Amino acid sequence: MHELSIVMGIIDVVTEYANGAPVKEVTLDLGCLTTIEMFAFDMAWKQAVKGTLLEKATLDINRIEGRAVCLECGEEFTIAEVYDACTRCGSHLLHITKGKELKVRSLIIF
Amino acid sequence: MCATCGCDTHTHTHSHTHTHDHNEKHIAVEKDVLYENNLLAARNRGFFDAKNILAINLVSSPGSGKTTLLERTLTDLKEAVNFSVIEGDQQTTRDADRIHATGTKVVQINTGKGCHLDAHMVMHALQGMHPHENGILFIENVGNLVCPAMFDLGEKQRVVVMSVTEGDDKPLKYPDMFHTSHLCIINKIDLLPYVPFSLDKAIANAKRINPKLEVITLSCTSGEGLDKWYQWLESKKS
Repeated sequence: MHELSIVMGIIDVVTEYANGAPVKEVTLDLGCLTTIEMFAFDMAWKQAVKGTLLEKATLDINRIEGRAVCLECGEEFTIAEVYDACTRCGSHLLHITKGKELKVRSLIIF
Repeated sequence: MCATCGCDTHTHTHSHTHTHDHNEKHIAVEKDVLYENNLLAARNRGFFDAKNILAINLVSSPGSGKTTLLERTLTDLKEAVNFSVIEGDQQTTRDADRIHATGTKVVQINTGKGCHLDAHMVMHALQGMHPHENGILFIENVGNLVCPAMFDLGEKQRVVVMSVTEGDDKPLKYPDMFHTSHLCIINKIDLLPYVPFSLDKAIANAKRINPKLEVITLSCTSGEGLDKWYQWLESKKS
């Protein structure tokens, strides 16, 4: 249930930037290769925002698909799991270029 | 001002059709959620570098033998290496008591409901304990193969421990921990004759996730393979 820690991290960042104003919307970048389980995230969010500036905020989540470059053959491709193999040569020696994002991109305050 | 594109500052046509109250304000943030943790982890890392401490984050599921491995290591090498230990558990000081019994400097962190250590907790533990300079600091994380993966503590090496009683597909089921680790220890190999566990499959599965992962197989009960672990520790000390 580290999702609660992540939600608390989001609340900290947003509270700092909202500067006391109630928050209408929070936009997040959330990579598909992060270990965030969305059901747990939603449950943690509902509880954690109570009594904060984010209580009425809606969430706009950009899910960013995983991308990798094969370090053997240079192929660039989409990956769903960190253990996926290169689609061209089958190597597992990959550099993940996208999908690990966990970022507050922007917010709208009233 | 339009919150999305600042369109009252210049004139152009635009296609977005949402309606919004012009008292709203759009704020660009672009900040990593783990920024605070990563900043503190970098500070911890700087502290370790300055004191020439090899900090090792030990992670595993509960019951794979992290504390037993530590007890054995601390006892066998205590003449040669100055060890310090930070123990992370949700409750009790049982593990710290076991480490203390080996004569090693130890601090217990109780995370309460928390399922992982973070850099902030480790920073406070360091302030209280003053780990030995030029030594090795083991940070035994909360037994959990999921949550600790995302939290950098400032360690130099991350070591994931699994045991032969857990199933050789464990790396595939918990890929992130194996992806972020430097060394995988497969423990309890003295039990191999009694369990349907394939060492070859387990290692192949771990290497699928992380081809650079080093692997050491050992048993804390029989002592087999411990020499390789001790050599690995020596090789990482500068």
